[in-house]
Amino acid sequence: MDEIITLDYGSGGKKTSELIDGIIVSALSNDALSELSDGAVVNGAEKLVFSTDSFVVSPYIFPGGDIGKLAVCGTVNDVAMSGGVPKYLSLSFIIEEGFPTAALRRIVASISETAKKAGVLVVTGDTKVVERGRGDGIYINTAGIGFLKNPDLSPKNLRKGDVVILSGTCGDHGAGIMLARNKSLAEGEILSDCAPLNALCEKLYPLGDALRVLRDPTRGGVATTLCEFAESSSLSIELSEEDIPVRGDVRAVCDLLGLDPLYSANEGKLLAVVSPDHADEALRIMKSTEEGKNAAVIGHVTSRSVGKVYVKGEFGSRIVTKLTGALLPRIC
Amino acid sequence: MNCENYNARKAIERIEKMNLGHIRIMEVCGTHTMAIAKSGLRGALPGNIELLSGPGCPVCVTPPEVIDAVISLAEQKNVTVATYGDMIKVPGSVPAKSLATARAHGAEISVVYSALDAVDIAERTPWREVVFLGVGFETTAPGTAAAIKVAKERGVSNFSVFSLLKTVEPALRALISQDGFNISGFLCPGHVATIIGARGFEFLARDYGLPCVVAGFEPREILYATEKLLLQIEQNSPKIENAYPDGATFEGNTLAAKMTEAVFEPTDALWRGLGEIPASGLSLREEFSEFDAVKKLGITYEKNEKSSPCRCGDVICGKLSPRSCPLFGRACTPENPVGPCMVSGEGACAAYYKYSE
Repeated sequence: MDEIITLDYGSGGKKTSELIDGIIVSALSNDALSELSDGAVVNGAEKLVFSTDSFVVSPYIFPGGDIGKLAVCGTVNDVAMSGGVPKYLSLSFIIEEGFPTAALRRIVASISETAKKAGVLVVTGDTKVVERGRGDGIYINTAGIGFLKNPDLSPKNLRKGDVVILSGTCGDHGAGIMLARNKSLAEGEILSDCAPLNALCEKLYPLGDALRVLRDPTRGGVATTLCEFAESSSLSIELSEEDIPVRGDVRAVCDLLGLDPLYSANEGKLLAVVSPDHADEALRIMKSTEEGKNAAVIGHVTSRSVGKVYVKGEFGSRIVTKLTGALLPRIC
Repeated sequence: MNCENYNARKAIERIEKMNLGHIRIMEVCGTHTMAIAKSGLRGALPGNIELLSGPGCPVCVTPPEVIDAVISLAEQKNVTVATYGDMIKVPGSVPAKSLATARAHGAEISVVYSALDAVDIAERTPWREVVFLGVGFETTAPGTAAAIKVAKERGVSNFSVFSLLKTVEPALRALISQDGFNISGFLCPGHVATIIGARGFEFLARDYGLPCVVAGFEPREILYATEKLLLQIEQNSPKIENAYPDGATFEGNTLAAKMTEAVFEPTDALWRGLGEIPASGLSLREEFSEFDAVKKLGITYEKNEKSSPCRCGDVICGKLSPRSCPLFGRACTPENPVGPCMVSGEGACAAYYKYSE
């Protein structure tokens, strides 16, 4: 293999095989993928959950993970939040000419490791190489299929009195990426929380109807996801600011940039809304896992008004709205 | 935090007992604006204490004709505009046009976190002219000055600065001289005070008899400074007080101020809502003129009194509360802003829109 990916690797010819066999299949090998046919034949179930996501993160390697790990976690988590046990993934790369082969190997290795951890198989995929300047290093798309386990997870299930639980600290990934992009902001680094959450979800599914909804608050953060819950249910959610777990370093970086951790992305956290009589059990289940050890009750569902989220701070409560546009750092 | 043992609830009780009448307090710092709105402090204070936002958001005080010039600059083929994130979504005189829309149409715009980042970009792309938008007050001026010095040392000839830097004192003097000015006291910006010192705001008390307190940024710190300010008002004893001693000294950061002075000199500047104010802006000194984008690229803009429905100018002068603006929340929202106060991360309208009930 050359040290960098050239356009030849996307030609569909010999070099493409070298790339696929040498880097991708060798790391991810399983029966369905090793067939290298146009599609994979896999075992099924009666009801499937199907999801897809594209990943364009910069930098593509960041503290706590890389775009490969993110690409597996993102789709695995989307399937799991929909009540499915994720089983199979597709994996597509769009690579910019000149991309370092070593970085690609690392990304594929982390895809392999994360897929193993999540218990999913990468069964089909594709690679394309685009000219230099026509991509930002590497883009990945994954799609995932899961077998439906908990058929009724929806914010429409929310009832007055339900309890909102966040599975850990808020905003780690977003703050980590901001800091990785601008090392001059502060010393040290913030590890992304990027992690597969399907094992945690599977432990929560037996709660049945008491588990109203699950969602991973990625882009737009906890605030935006809760606004979506409130809107769909036509109820309100009231949070207590002091109960929302935020790491000190995440808060410091957010303060520096004038950002709010409630809007900062998470890649290894979930929000669960649970009926009040099962809240303690749900919290106990979460806290018994590595991913959920810092879980906390952050608020409640109320009928204060229709479709609004409130957070109670030191001097009273304020409305929380959805993120508008991209997070942009301020001047001073 | 300068007031760890300060009890907010008790402070509010004390304020309620003060013999004050209707009091209008102005804060002159975008970070204060956001902190006040986010913490709910405005609602926690008794109804006779009104907190207003002054010309403290650097993006908001930049007038539309200058924003138009920035957008035209970004549209030039060989130019990369490097800017802090706040400027990206701010509309010029046409609400639908901003740096964000220019970027979507192909303009090269880089969001940076310091002026030095822009020098690095210039070094990496020697075939493009990289223009840093120097927006801000005394706080950001030293960093911008340092970047210009670095560019000169490294001989980065494709780097320049479009200086929109402004200083707070002339603007406050202009504001105080306006007809109908009726502010009882100022919460002074802690960040600016770290550079110019608490003494930089002494003129408020000395020349105008206006109470003034330098405030920190935690909600409790702002309340602490507000109580001090109200005491001055109650006792009719205007003076400069520093309620942010952890961040700002009386003298300020003289090294940083010297850095600014070495590179920049005062110039007349246009402010939204306040018009042209003599010696209220900072332009590059002659010896750094090779880095002055205004001279290098021939940037021009004319004072433009075009009739626009936007009333951001009144908002930043404390004449209009955001919610009293007929556009607020209807024609003007964070997604479709008409003026900068709705879209800047430190704008008064954005704060009201985002955090009010």
